[in-house]
Amino acid sequence: MEKEDLSEIMRQHPFLAGLSFEHMQTLVGCATNVRFADDETIIHEGQVANKFYLIRTGRVALQMDVPGKEPLRIQTVGPGEILGWSWLISPFRWHFSGIVVLETRAIALDGECLRAKCEKDPSFGYEMLKRLSQVMERRLDATRLQLIDLYDTAARAGR
Amino acid sequence: MTRRAQSALAAAVDPMTPTPVMVRKALWENDDTFTLTLDCAPLGERYRFLPGQFNMVYVYGVGEAAVSISSDPARPGTLDHTIHRVGLVTTALAQKKRGDLIGIRGPFGSSWPIEVARGKDVCIASGGIGLAPLRPVIYAMLKDRDAYGRVIVLYGGRSPLDLLYRVELEKWANDFGVEVLVTVDRGDSSWKGHIGVVTSLFQYIKLDARETIAYVCGPEIMMKYTIDELDRRGVPPAQMYLSMERNMKCAVGFCGHCQYGPTFICKEGPVYPVTRVRPLLDRKEL
Repeated sequence: MEKEDLSEIMRQHPFLAGLSFEHMQTLVGCATNVRFADDETIIHEGQVANKFYLIRTGRVALQMDVPGKEPLRIQTVGPGEILGWSWLISPFRWHFSGIVVLETRAIALDGECLRAKCEKDPSFGYEMLKRLSQVMERRLDATRLQLIDLYDTAARAGR
Repeated sequence: MTRRAQSALAAAVDPMTPTPVMVRKALWENDDTFTLTLDCAPLGERYRFLPGQFNMVYVYGVGEAAVSISSDPARPGTLDHTIHRVGLVTTALAQKKRGDLIGIRGPFGSSWPIEVARGKDVCIASGGIGLAPLRPVIYAMLKDRDAYGRVIVLYGGRSPLDLLYRVELEKWANDFGVEVLVTVDRGDSSWKGHIGVVTSLFQYIKLDARETIAYVCGPEIMMKYTIDELDRRGVPPAQMYLSMERNMKCAVGFCGHCQYGPTFICKEGPVYPVTRVRPLLDRKEL
């Protein structure tokens, strides 16, 4: 796919909304268009995190391996969301596996390439960090809500 | 006077007297939630309920619990109550089967203001058993589908096995053009749907905020975060409604068990405009 086409697709992704032309050009250099089939594992828990995905269509489940039990799926990401931020944080290892639930199209960004560009251009690096921080903040909120176990019945045991 | 007329009169005259009704069907929705379908003929022809109202359901010799009515308000003859088995009364109710008698007082409380949604989009956000008091709203809207714009149902549960009304959710989506989005907190490899809290579903729908009426029901913390999310998306608080739950006892505003700040939920609630109760949602230990 031509870089111009890729840039146009990327511009439509909410994660990159409002990104400057210069920063978009920087990003496009690290991007490729990818497609994954049902049940395919995109990222593997514990392995090197060298990619970052902007999900365009489909659904990916984040899965945690639990010793002695079936793997636990704790979250799904879908169109307009991103998959993975471990590429940015040392030691650059995935904390979860990402399993395709519904056939998925995404833009894959090379983590190593991105890190090098972030180091070289701090304004680009800061822009990426700001955007990722927003996603992290929202996911942290969601995780807190999950931890509360909203649907626990103990609180209503008087009835 | 016939027995039926006597019962109807008793219910109309004394809201504290339960009317015996027969269980027509008991259907388990999941491991700890079931729906009792009751023959409501003994309640009399004057018995009518509005979506969002509740009955006091009495197990003779055990006690009473407030339970939302989950059936179609336009369907005569029967009443559904979807009940979560959590305590003494609801455990006793869980043992009821076809032909058993239980007592009913009601209907009590305020209802979802469906009329304000005519000509507008509707966003119904629910969690866990919170879908039950909203089901009559959905039935009412499907009966008059053209009177409403988009009807969006966001529903969250603990796990796929805990979800209520799964067949109906599919039917609403397939046959009536309802936008149904379901999520669970935890899933396994057989679950192909969303995983995450119910508020995470908002990112997949684009709301025309000014033209949307929102009805929210579920655990309080879920409602609080859902209202925050609706707020973020520009839905005016005056267009949001929620249903509160407290330990209702008398259901007529005498005993004070269901006091919530300055209101009694059994009388002024359970359905409130968000503008009325929002400050209370942030108050500790209330």
